[in-house]
Formats: sequence, C-alpha cells, structure tokens
Amino acid sequence: MIKFREGTPITESAVPPGPMDRKWVDYRSKCRLVSPANKQRLTVIVVGAGLAGASAAATLAQLGYNVKVFVYHDSPRRAHSIAAQGGINAAKNYQGDGDSIYRLFYDTIKGGDYRSREANVWRLAEVSANIIDQSVALGVPFAREYGGLLANRSFGGVQVQRTFYARGQTGQQLLLGAYSAMMRWVDRKKIEYFPYHEMLDVVLIDGKARGVIVRNLLTGELKRYSGHAVVLATGGYSNVFYLSTNAMNSNVTAAWRAHKRGAYFANPAFTQIHPTCLPAEGKYQSKLTLMSESLRNDGRVWVPKEEADVERVRSGRIKPADIPEEKRDYFLERMYPAFGNLVPRDVAARAIKKMCDAGFSVIPEGDAVFLDFKDAIARLGRDVIDQRYGNLFEMYEKITGESPWDTPMKIYPAPHYTMGGLWVDYKLQTNVPGLFAIGECNFSDHGANRLGASALMQGLADGYFVLPYTIGDYLADEIRTPLPDTQAPAFDQAEKEVRSLMEKIYQIGGNTSVDELHRTFGRIMWDYCGISRTAEGLQKAYGMVCDIEERFWKDVKVPGKLDEKNSELEKAQRLLDFIQLGKLMIIDAFHRNESCGGHFREEYQTPEGEPLRNDEEYAYAAAWEYTGTDEPVLHKEPLQFEVVKPSVRSYK
Amino acid sequence: MNTIARVFSYSVGRKLIMAATGLFLIIFLVEHLIGNFLLLKGDGGAAFIEYSASMVHNLLIRIVEILLFAAIVVHVIDGFALFLSGRQKRSQRYAVRNKSASWTSRNMIVTGTVILIFLVVHFYTFFVPYRVIGTDATIYDLVIEAFSNPYYTAFYVLAFLFLGLHLKHAFISSLQTLGLRHLKYDRLLQIIGTLYAVFVPAGYALIAIYIYLKTA
Amino acid sequence: MSKTINLTLKVWRQSGPNDKGGFETYSLQNVSTRMSFLEMLDVLNQQLIAEGKRPVEFEHDCREGICGACSLVINGRPHGPNYRTTTCQLHMRHFKDGETIYIEPFRADAFPVVKDLIVDRSAFDRIMAAGGYISVNTGSPQDANNIPVPKPKADKAFDAAECIGCGACVAACPNASAMLFVAAKVSHLSLLPQGEPERERRVRRMIEAMDAEGFGHCTNTGACSIECPKAIPQEFINRLNREFLRASFITEITDD
Repeated sequence: MIKFREGTPITESAVPPGPMDRKWVDYRSKCRLVSPANKQRLTVIVVGAGLAGASAAATLAQLGYNVKVFVYHDSPRRAHSIAAQGGINAAKNYQGDGDSIYRLFYDTIKGGDYRSREANVWRLAEVSANIIDQSVALGVPFAREYGGLLANRSFGGVQVQRTFYARGQTGQQLLLGAYSAMMRWVDRKKIEYFPYHEMLDVVLIDGKARGVIVRNLLTGELKRYSGHAVVLATGGYSNVFYLSTNAMNSNVTAAWRAHKRGAYFANPAFTQIHPTCLPAEGKYQSKLTLMSESLRNDGRVWVPKEEADVERVRSGRIKPADIPEEKRDYFLERMYPAFGNLVPRDVAARAIKKMCDAGFSVIPEGDAVFLDFKDAIARLGRDVIDQRYGNLFEMYEKITGESPWDTPMKIYPAPHYTMGGLWVDYKLQTNVPGLFAIGECNFSDHGANRLGASALMQGLADGYFVLPYTIGDYLADEIRTPLPDTQAPAFDQAEKEVRSLMEKIYQIGGNTSVDELHRTFGRIMWDYCGISRTAEGLQKAYGMVCDIEERFWKDVKVPGKLDEKNSELEKAQRLLDFIQLGKLMIIDAFHRNESCGGHFREEYQTPEGEPLRNDEEYAYAAAWEYTGTDEPVLHKEPLQFEVVKPSVRSYK
Repeated sequence: MNTIARVFSYSVGRKLIMAATGLFLIIFLVEHLIGNFLLLKGDGGAAFIEYSASMVHNLLIRIVEILLFAAIVVHVIDGFALFLSGRQKRSQRYAVRNKSASWTSRNMIVTGTVILIFLVVHFYTFFVPYRVIGTDATIYDLVIEAFSNPYYTAFYVLAFLFLGLHLKHAFISSLQTLGLRHLKYDRLLQIIGTLYAVFVPAGYALIAIYIYLKTA
Repeated sequence: MSKTINLTLKVWRQSGPNDKGGFETYSLQNVSTRMSFLEMLDVLNQQLIAEGKRPVEFEHDCREGICGACSLVINGRPHGPNYRTTTCQLHMRHFKDGETIYIEPFRADAFPVVKDLIVDRSAFDRIMAAGGYISVNTGSPQDANNIPVPKPKADKAFDAAECIGCGACVAACPNASAMLFVAAKVSHLSLLPQGEPERERRVRRMIEAMDAEGFGHCTNTGACSIECPKAIPQEFINRLNREFLRASFITEITDD
C-alpha cells in the first residue's frame, strides 16, 4: 500500500529578493566572502568528478580551499558526462537571431512544463554565456566557422541557434576541459583525488555535513574523510530502470545515502525518456545506446499498418523495404500533423510505446519501430545525408550489423536523464547545512522535463559559476571550525552503520544474482513508472517492488570477498538503494495527480492525448523526507511564476 | 648546456640519437653505393682502386669516417639498450602476440642484428686487411676474391635483404622521430622511403651478384 | 537474424596485484551473435556466479565507446579484432562458432594489474597533472569569439582531442610506450592559440612524467594508431617530437 504523510511546506529556498534579472547579480555582490588566508584552512569534499564535480573542484581549489575529490572510476575523466553527444546551450546570440537570457530562460521554464524554480533557471541562463568563454579558454575544441569563430546549431526544436557543439562528442570535450582544469590543481597539491573510492555515507555533526565514509573499491577498506562542507556531484539515477542510456556504473547511492541522513529528495518521478535509442533485444542486453535526437530531422518513424506485415517483418520473411508505402503507418506524422516526426521527446516516446503496446513492434523479442531515411536519401541525395548523419549511421551499423543506408533503423525510447534529485535551495545547498548537490544529482533547474543540450549547461554552471560563490556564503561561518576529527563518535557511528549494512548484504547468500534481480526490478519500474503511469499501475508496482525488496534480502547472492575488488558487492549495495528509491519514485508519481513533462499520468490527458497539467494543485516541487519507514513525508515547495505565465504546451 | 644534456636523458631524446645516427647512415649508404658502382666499369678495377685510395688520403673524408664509426657504434649500442629497456616495460608478456604493425617495424632488432653481423664480416673482409693490417692485394683484388665465393655472395645478398627491411621502417621512422614528417609531403616521403629501401640494397646486392657471375 | 555460437574462452585470472595469475578455460554455449563482447562476459559471469565461482572482474562503464573504461586484449589485439572499435562496441557476430578466444588485460608495467582483467591506468592522470591543461582560472575569461581559431586547425586539434584515454596504445606497443596518448594531448593544446603560452613547459613536463611512470620509448611501429579505437594517427607523434625539439633546441627563452 502506498503511504505518505504531508509535512510542513518549504518556505525558505534562499531566493534573493529583487527583480529576476538582478537576483544573481545582487546575490554575488552581497554574499559573504572568505578571505584567502581563511580559505587555506577550509576543506571541501567533492564527490564525483563529472562536469559539475570536476568544474567545482577546479574552481574551489583555485579560490584557495583544500579540495578532496572522490570518484568510483579509475580516473576522474570517465564520468558519464562524457557520453553527452549533441551540444551545450548558451545565450550568446552569436548568430544574431534574437537569442537572449530571457529566451533561454523562457524555453527552459516552458520545456520543464512549469515545474522548476524561476530564479534558478534565470541564473542558469545568465551564466550560460560564461561557460562557453571558460571552456574555450580551457582549450575545448568547439566547432568553428571558416572565419575562425564559433559555430552554432539549433537543437531540440528551439527557434534560435544557441547550441555549441564539438562534433558528436560535446560532453567528452567539455568534461576533458573541466578534468584538465582539475588536474592542474592536483599538480599544485590543492586537490587530492581518490580514484576507486565510492562514497557510502555522509557524516553529520551537530546537524551539519562534516565528512564522508568511502570504500576503497580495490581493497574494500572503509575510510573516513572530514571537511567543512560536502558537495555531491554524483549524477542521475536512470539506472533504476536497469536498462537506460546511462553508464553501467551510474547509480544513486551517494544521493540516496545522503537522503537517508536527512536530505530531501525532490520530484523523483520526473524522469526523461529519450525516444531514439537502440532497442533491447534479448535478456542479455546490458544497456541501451542513444542515437542522436537530430536523426528525427530527416528520418520518418513508422510501423506496418497491417498485423500480417508486422508478423512477417518480425520473422524476417520480408524486409522492411518490401512493405509498400500505402501499407506503412507514419504514426507521428498522422498523430501530430504540425510537428510530425519532430515532436518533443516525451510526446514521441509515448507515441512509440503506444504503437508497440498495440502490437506493432517490428522485432521478435522486445519493442521497436522503424526510423527510415529512404525518403530523405531520395530527396537530398546520399552525400547530404552522409554529411549530416554519416557517423551515426556508422555507429548504428557497428552495433547492429545493419546499414541504415539499406534498411530502416530500429529504435525504441529509453530512460536517459533524471530531472528529480536532491532538493536544493537557491544556493544549491540541501536542507542539511553544509551538504551541497550540483549537476544532475540535484533537482533544481529542469522542472519536469529537460531541454536538449541543457544538461551540460547546468552541470558546468553549477560547478564553475554558482557553487563557488554560494558555498563561500556558507563557509564564511566556518572559518573558526577546525577540520573535524575523523575519530569523532559521528564518524564511528556512520562507519559502523555502513559496515553492518554491507556485511548484512554480503551474508544473504541467496541464489539470485544482482543483475538478474535488478533486471526484474527495472522492468517493473519501466512498465509502471516509465513513459506513462496510472494510479492503479503504480499501486500494483509498489507492491511488486516491495516484494523485490523482500526478495533482495532473502535471495540475493554476492560472491567474492569483502576486502577485495568485488563488483558484485558494489552492484548489490547500489541495487538496494535503487529499490528504495524506486519505491519513492512510485509514491511521487502516484501522489502527483497531473501530467507534466516527463511525468505522464494516463488519467490526466486532454481528449487529444496531451498531458494535462494541474497548476492549481501541483505547482510545487515535491521534496520527500526519509523517515526510515514506508511512509515518507512530503514537503511542498510552492513554485511562483513571476516572469513567465504557465501555458499549455501544444505540438499539434 | 645542462638542459641540452637532460634532453638526451628522456626517452624521446634517446630516440633522437637513434634517428640522427640512422639518418646519417642512410645518407652514407648512398655515397658508398655510388662508389661501388665503379666496380662495374670493366676497367680491371682501376677506377675503384683510385677512388678508394683518394678516400684514404682526404682529410675531410677521414673525419667523416670517424663520425661514421661513431654513428655505427652509438646506433648499435643505443639500439640494443633501448630494445632491452623496452622489453622491461612489459615483464608479463602476452600469450597472443600483437601483429598489427608491419613486420619490419616490429623486428628492427632482428634486421639490425643481422646487419651488425654483416658489418663485422664486411669489416673483416675489407677494412681490416686494407686499412688496419695492410696487404699487397689491391682493394679490387679483395673484392673479386670475396665475391668469387658463392656462400659469401649469398650471405651478402641475404644481408642486403635484411638491410632493405631495416630501411623500410628506418627511413620514415627517423623522419618521424625528428619531427620532419609533414602532412603536405608525407606521401612523397613515404614513396622516397620505399624506393630507397628497395633500390639501395638492391644496388649493393646486384653488384655482388654481378661480380660473382663474372668470376664464376 | 540472431544466431548462436559456442566458444572456448581463455581468460586471464589474477586475484590481486601480487598474485601470479594465469589463464582459466571456460566454455560458453549458445552465445547470441547480437551480443556485445562485454555482454558475452556478463553471461559468463552469470554462469560463474550460478556455479558458485568468483566472476571475472573487468573494467567497463558507458558501453558506447566514449568513456575509455573498457580495455581487454582479445586474441592479441587491444579492444579486439575490429578497427576503430572499443571492446564495448565489439559484437559477437565477428567471432566464429567453435572459436577459442584469449582474453588478457592491457599489459604494461606502468599499468599494473589490479585484478583479473582490470589494470590501474592512473599513470595517465599523473601525466595529465604534469601539464595536460591550459592554466586559466575560472572567473571572467575573455569572450570566446575573441580567440579566433582557423577551422582547419581547430579540426586538427579536435582529431587529437578525440583520445578517450583507454590505454590501448600502451597495450599495443611493443615497448608499452604512452607516446600516442601524450602526443594526442600535447597536439590538442599546442595547435590552439590558447595553449601557446605553456607550450614548451607542457611538452617537457609531460614527457618527463611519461618516462617517470615507466612507459617505454616509441619505435614508430604504428601499432598504437592501428589499435586506437579513435584511430588517432601517427602524425601527432611526429608533432610531439617536433614540439619536444622546438622546446629543447629552438625556443630561446624557456623556464628551465
């Protein structure tokens, strides 16, 4: 049974007073500073070194703080930010096409379906231009025009060209930029970094975050590190679905353990599904690969009209090309004549799922639809298509062994990004003093849906330009605090709890492997809390996930030893946190009786099947408090819209 | 000066020595080949004898000769030392060897060793009697005598084959180590390198075969 | 359509850095040719777990060819038999039924084995810390378009910047040299005007660090470029050598 309680609303989100376009300027001018001499006495712990973590670590070290960075990878450069393909938005208006801070702000608010905090989004748009300057100064090789100046493209259906890109590897190049900035301070001994160290708990002393418990993944040793503040930059939790476009190791553990220590988890149900990914085929599938959104600019999505053709194409008796035009259903064009194949991510994803649920999947095991370039090749010629998508076609062929030149691609939506995350105020501080969350790990800027090319922007905005100011405001009070003693009882207690949980998991000694259980659990989340949700389905799923949790404690099997590199043990701990998060996601999805952005509740849709928002009752961020029981407490942070008036998205 | 000395302590610096000495030897090979062509003149060796004698009495050539010896010694020592140090960088070997790079580039130590053995024999046959011990025979006589022996000739031909294999990689490799490859001329340099590796050793080998056939 | 094949795997097993290690033989039945190589190893691990044995540890993360975490030397080839492909993007359709596959870690003394197929590649990070960056503070850099970069140069810098830091170059090199990695990093930054001020210092320090980490010297075999999943070409090694010569002999005023 889904249960939750409503607690006191959140009234303090530290948004500065004043007009929207002055808030950040005023804040920066008035926030407290720490003198250089005092900064040397302060230590900041940064967990994760993706875009947000690496950029924050570099900047904090440059300011003079002592920084300790923990990553579970072998190198800080492997974080999943590296896989972002498309680009990064910035309100530079280099193309003179009328872009401005306001427009980027407006597009982000609207794209987020009016479920984000205006002041944060404004600030994001405001600092976006600096990110480009900073990254170029660091040597990020963005695409350029022949005149030597930066090139832009439009992305995700917005009306201006504001996306900067580096071939199809923008995330990689930006991450390497931030990583190099970080390594410069490693060389200068201002940053100490710990590869192969996974954070398993945050330590609170007198209610403030004062350190972390980490596990050395190579030796299994639990270690304690203290600091004056802790910054989590640990990414999103799409792997709750088992199959997603996230990297295999991406997990929610750091954020979830912080949640268990009191940090609110906001809008967990807001997840983004990317419509064009390679489909899962067979049980062994370990992850899903994203194919760039840009493919829908020229590709046409279809399934056969007749079930007989579906059957024949599945079994391989006929080729897709054998199906004549009149027997094809270009369903996105049919359902959304105005936008056709270019409808936003969530709309496209739902339509594709609908067709597959209706039995039109074109592959024997699992679900997929065709994405066809036949017409585009005929219309524009092979050369043009090759220039636009050649590398993507090559990548598709490398994976599937089929050439999109000869036969349509097969695609299916996949979880891709999570808008929800740890609740933070304007200062990016969680409700636990001294505990900050940046990048995808927090909930703040994307509302219920993220625009394309905005994830990189937010990660770097938080790390380079926001946190370094706001954390100073907090640390100004800490200059007299000595570095907390790691022998303090709070550290003893935290380490003991981490150890006992780990040992308990290790000793279950069941028969089911972690992956197998995760796959079963992920499928439940995907089926009932994925692209579309219903109250009934969510209630059912909640029961199923509780069973999964029970099964975990009875039947999971962790081979190997505790004191060695043990990937199964790592995965088992992460799975438990995912399962607990899954329950909260279901509760959040269940409680939000509206459809908005990536959260689509089938009961709340217009007669045309469009999401129906309920601004009267649900214009708030849902921040959940952990209670240690199956009854979390909901704290609502009301969202006020001073600048943009909420309106209905329509893509008909 | 201190900095310059340090440059050669780096792995890249030590490779510079290999490349520079190698390139010097590459140039020398052409000069030597041109001289050898005098053997084909059919004048009973007069021109060749005169040429050899003039080499001995030219001060400049004597200096170059010393450099040449130095280059060979340094090239050999540095080559072996680098080979050994390279092997030590992977104490646990692969069960399956990687063969993706060309055979010539992977086996410079093999081809180089064969060339070294050849050089020893070569010096023993010509340089030692002609220049060190002294002999009544002319240098031409020594040549004719040596190549009338089919085994000796066969050994030479084989050694030149190895020289060709060595040069095939050496030419472009030395340019790369010296940073002298250039995107605009790279194709040309590759062609020159290949032609060089084929024709220079072939020239030496043909002379040896020619003399053998003439004396047989 | 999907086929299945049977395989014999010879997998390097090593319980820790101090263990001697050796090959274990496993037979794997009914492997779908649609699987990726790493998914095939997942299946092997599931089999091992079910049999109560310790699964094979191997490094992997993004599984889409960009993070550089995956490694493995497959039948003597880093990242397997295909060109321009990481192990995670290698698929089983490239193997034959009944084939025996040798799976080894990236071997180099500078990449010590951590466990089974995992090696410690932190040496690359230390090389980067020695100079693989442009020293610019976060704050108010000049407007991005104040630094024009000719497109061909920017494109060339990008070709170098594509390096994913996987270490296949080291694994392929007969001397376990890290030249291609360092060459890519040095070339990326030295081709850009932003990288100009630290040009000499960077190349010297990074080569110093490379030697100190115990990587070997470069003999220009080109195996690194052939095995590099991003096919970083040899021209960057040429460029690195040129940068090194320039810094050592040509630039008059340097900091050493």
